[in-house]
Amino acid sequence: MTLAFDIFTAFAVAAGALFFLAGTIGLLRFPDPLTRLHALTKVDNLGLGFIVVGLLPRADGVLGALKLVSIWLIVQLSGAIVTQLLAITVRQHGPRG
Amino acid sequence: MSASSVFDICLAVLLLGIGAWTIIVDNAFAAVIGFVVYGLSLAIAWVRLSAVDVALTEAAIGGGMTGMLMLGAVARLRLARVDGAGTRWSVRLVAAPLCALIAASLATPLLFPPPVIPSLAPTVTQNLVPTGLGNPVAGVLFVFRSLDTLLEKVVLLLALLGIWSLAPDGAWGGQPGLRVYAQPNSTLTFLAQLLPPIGIVVAIYMCWVGAKDPGGAFQGGTVLAAMWLLVIIAGLENVPSIGQPWLRALLVFGPLLFLVIGLAGLVLANAFLAYPPGYAKPMIVAVEVALTLSIGVVLGLLAAGPPELARRQ
Repeated sequence: MTLAFDIFTAFAVAAGALFFLAGTIGLLRFPDPLTRLHALTKVDNLGLGFIVVGLLPRADGVLGALKLVSIWLIVQLSGAIVTQLLAITVRQHGPRG
Repeated sequence: MSASSVFDICLAVLLLGIGAWTIIVDNAFAAVIGFVVYGLSLAIAWVRLSAVDVALTEAAIGGGMTGMLMLGAVARLRLARVDGAGTRWSVRLVAAPLCALIAASLATPLLFPPPVIPSLAPTVTQNLVPTGLGNPVAGVLFVFRSLDTLLEKVVLLLALLGIWSLAPDGAWGGQPGLRVYAQPNSTLTFLAQLLPPIGIVVAIYMCWVGAKDPGGAFQGGTVLAAMWLLVIIAGLENVPSIGQPWLRALLVFGPLLFLVIGLAGLVLANAFLAYPPGYAKPMIVAVEVALTLSIGVVLGLLAAGPPELARRQ
């Protein structure tokens, strides 16, 4: 059972790391601010999500698991809103702010 | 080589790279962003050294709060149309050897350590039990070196007075001119309504848990200040006039309570800043709660800047 959990953790965290890598490449290579924001939000959402899901079996009890999930939720919230704010600024003032 | 040492080496190289980039980059705004990223990466380095208290402080104060103060400075420089990037080469030539000297003198004891490294850690661990605290850092801050901690809070107030004294005469006692660049819009308002309740709970948790785990008044106070500033920037609340009596009372509440408890130690425990046996933990927690509030208000007002608008009647 422990082995199954370990394999699950390894796969999920690796998937999360892959999303972080892809998102970073996107951030560096995409042509304009809006597409770069798109890459960033995928990292926040899926990358961190996979890592949190992967770490859940290793969490320190239910309270620890809840802390992990709430960290993910708060990052989701701030990520989504900051992205909105940046995108609004870009649309109003152009890519150079 | 184990995976963790590969990670540590990458982190050290990354830190050096960000540090160098922050110095070299020409644009003041970009340099501040580099500094914030540097602070956050440094926090990870402190976690790797198992110094979680220092990591929290570095992320909150070194990266976040100082970064915000410097962003404010950059914005003011732009408004004043001062070219911040035009540091003369002669100045840089003098500054570089001096910085190298500091780096070398810091590196020397690390590279050539004495045979027996002096440490007070065993003494702290031995004497921590009677205080009832579980976090040795809190023990050092509030029991063994409490005078330093008290003076550190007073220094914060002096820094705020320094900023306030930049106010023109007419604006004394008035509202700090925090420049709000964000257009009022529903997204920011939503965040400023949703996040502060969560942030306040996190701040209370950090302050409370500081007695036995990493955390404490400074970290909690920074989170409080961040929430306050978010509400102000979203336009939901105004910055209060600095002449408000309640504001000044909140500013001195923490340091004053610390001082009163310290003076009470003269009577109850025969020494300034000593705690009567058995009451150390409740007294320290009371001081931490008061300090969290005061630090939150001080940091918020530091970021808000000097008063610029005349007092409203």
